[in-house]
Amino acid sequence: MMHRLHSYAMNKAARGSLLGIEHMEGKDILALLKLARRMNPQKPRPLLRNKRIVLLFYEASTRTRSSFEIAAKSLGAITTLVQSSGSSIEKGESLLDTGYTLRAVGADAIVLRHPCAGAPHLMAKHLDIPVINAGDGMHEHPSQALLDAFTILKHKKSFKGLQIAIIGDIYHSRVARSACHLLSRFGAKVTLCGPAEFVPEVAATLTPGLRVSRHVEEAVRGVDVIMLLRVQKERLGGQKIGLQEYIAHYQLTPARLKLAKRDAIVMHPGPIIRGLELTAEIADGPQSVIIDEVHNGVPTRMAILARALGKAK
Amino acid sequence: MIKDKSKPGSLLIKGGHLIDPAAKINAPMDVLLRDGRVAEIALPNKIRGGADEKFDARSLIVAPGFIDLHVHLREPGQSYKETIATGTAAAAAGGFTSVCTMPNTAPVVDTAEWVAWLRHPERGAVVNIFPIAAATRLSRGASLTDFSALQRAGAVAVTDDGKPILDDEVMRAALRLGAELNLPVVQHAEDTRLTEGCPMHEGPTSFRLGLRGMPAAAEAGVVDRDVNLAQQIRESRLHVAHLSTSDALKAVRRGKRAKARVTCEVTPHHFTLLDENVGEYDTNFKMNPPLRSASDREAILVALADGTVDAIATDHAPHAAHEKQVEFERAAFGITGLETALALAITKLHREHKIPLTRIVELFTAGPARVFDLRSRGSLARGNFADVTIFDPKKRWTFEAAKSRSLSRNTPFDGWQFTGKVVATIVGGKIVYRAD
Repeated sequence: MMHRLHSYAMNKAARGSLLGIEHMEGKDILALLKLARRMNPQKPRPLLRNKRIVLLFYEASTRTRSSFEIAAKSLGAITTLVQSSGSSIEKGESLLDTGYTLRAVGADAIVLRHPCAGAPHLMAKHLDIPVINAGDGMHEHPSQALLDAFTILKHKKSFKGLQIAIIGDIYHSRVARSACHLLSRFGAKVTLCGPAEFVPEVAATLTPGLRVSRHVEEAVRGVDVIMLLRVQKERLGGQKIGLQEYIAHYQLTPARLKLAKRDAIVMHPGPIIRGLELTAEIADGPQSVIIDEVHNGVPTRMAILARALGKAK
Repeated sequence: MIKDKSKPGSLLIKGGHLIDPAAKINAPMDVLLRDGRVAEIALPNKIRGGADEKFDARSLIVAPGFIDLHVHLREPGQSYKETIATGTAAAAAGGFTSVCTMPNTAPVVDTAEWVAWLRHPERGAVVNIFPIAAATRLSRGASLTDFSALQRAGAVAVTDDGKPILDDEVMRAALRLGAELNLPVVQHAEDTRLTEGCPMHEGPTSFRLGLRGMPAAAEAGVVDRDVNLAQQIRESRLHVAHLSTSDALKAVRRGKRAKARVTCEVTPHHFTLLDENVGEYDTNFKMNPPLRSASDREAILVALADGTVDAIATDHAPHAAHEKQVEFERAAFGITGLETALALAITKLHREHKIPLTRIVELFTAGPARVFDLRSRGSLARGNFADVTIFDPKKRWTFEAAKSRSLSRNTPFDGWQFTGKVVATIVGGKIVYRAD
């Protein structure tokens, strides 16, 4: 088998890899969040001086890519961006061969964004350097869940007993899957809300205690946190539910937000579409923490990279 | 088919316990093979006269040679995955004396010439090959192939396996023509309109992994329609390949109760594994039809025991490492299975689920022989072909993929501990496999 040819063949992911929230231990998550609180991009620390971090992006990304890059540079690391266009990937190189190549040029860690679920797991199984999942297909987006957790803890004392509504296209969302794993782990009560096409009944099996609701009013009543997800117009096309119908039933409006707790926060992983999943008043309103989330992405990812390369102290 | 054309001489299998379900034998018996045929079956030590060779089968089960209705040997055209020589060597190691090859090769086996090519001695087969030809040209599901010419060349059935025959009219025409020729039509039951881009079964596991899921209904819907057609078309013969869902079984039962000529096969991996065994994207657990839910597997186990299922077939589908060591969604469908089928049947069906050995042997012999009318096979009646499988139902062993005779290694059972092992495989009176 091909991987046997490589002296650095591994079967378990290298220490420091971050493949998903699902199999991460609770204490590991808490330690990362604690570390993130000590990270400050305004005060660069050369923890990762001379470390080479490859950002391997098979999909478009603004937030995740730039914040990983700034996080790495704030820690003194060297970064290289490899994208599918303009690289050998275009010529048909396999994911593993790309991984071996990047390892051979001296990468100390790979941050991978890929349209296929499980791509980081495949790479981690065959490489001896940490692989960080920056979003894999519809599967997980662990750094997003961690920065969201970080954001929530800036506003709420703890996750225990928090009521959280996640509204939108859960089925296609890696953000939602990672968030559910993380929030359920720490005792938050999560309700998933959307039409059946976006929130199939099977979604409730993802973690213990998940609930599915078809009514946004019911889902947001009394909650502490509302997480919205982007709804891709093209996905509504083939579905039974149309765009106008989605807006009428599920858009977060000021009237619906009033049903939540007075101090509820509104989150969204971006990119937001004003007038679709939320109104402009909500996006720019006092309860919105959408920009904070982006901001918190940098210290969170600094912590992830420091942990990956064993400089977590 | 057998490379060596020399007369095989005679072979006496002594001291074994014969299980021959078609002949209703389940008793200690000696078996004498001569000139490629079964010469005599008798109580222990009752066969007089000598034999060129003797096989000591004490504490072993002697059975008619196993028949696998569903293998992909990849020739013509994909010999980097498997060849007829390596694939039949794996078959022999798994106790199979006859294999039915699927036509989804490159090119597709849709002409009499290719059927003849597959059966040619130069292919180096060490067990019998029974080609199944394409039901439609290029297996595109549009216009029927020349069933009659394919049958004359040696095809035992027709199928577009790998793909379904979806169009109602094409399936109706295939069953009609099959009825005229007494030729079974094998359906790969998958409504591909519901499964595009889906690498596994639809359920909690596919949701958790963020993979699109094939609904169970995509199989059941096609089987349901086909059973209806088989009931309407007199004398038509429908065989459902690699049946994997509870609802599809219901349709098969309905057809059988109505006395339609409907048969079905089940694979060892579907009676052993579940969708959740995919774990963290292990592509050796990716096949089509996919591993299903616990309730589907439960229904399959019941149907294996109660007689609804006609045969265990492996759907042996070898792939090169580079086709499997890729993203799960992009990995090839299929696993190898010839060398683990009997061990799984004994370990799972017999020991765990208490299905009698006689029934298991039937699922490997008389059952499949009936499905495709493989005359003089599937039973060791006097005068039948001297195809024999000898196995030790109690032998414990560990399967190592690295030692497989197949050219490929894509099995989910690497390192599995089994009970039950093939000891010898005899084709036309000649020992073609013997365990070390």
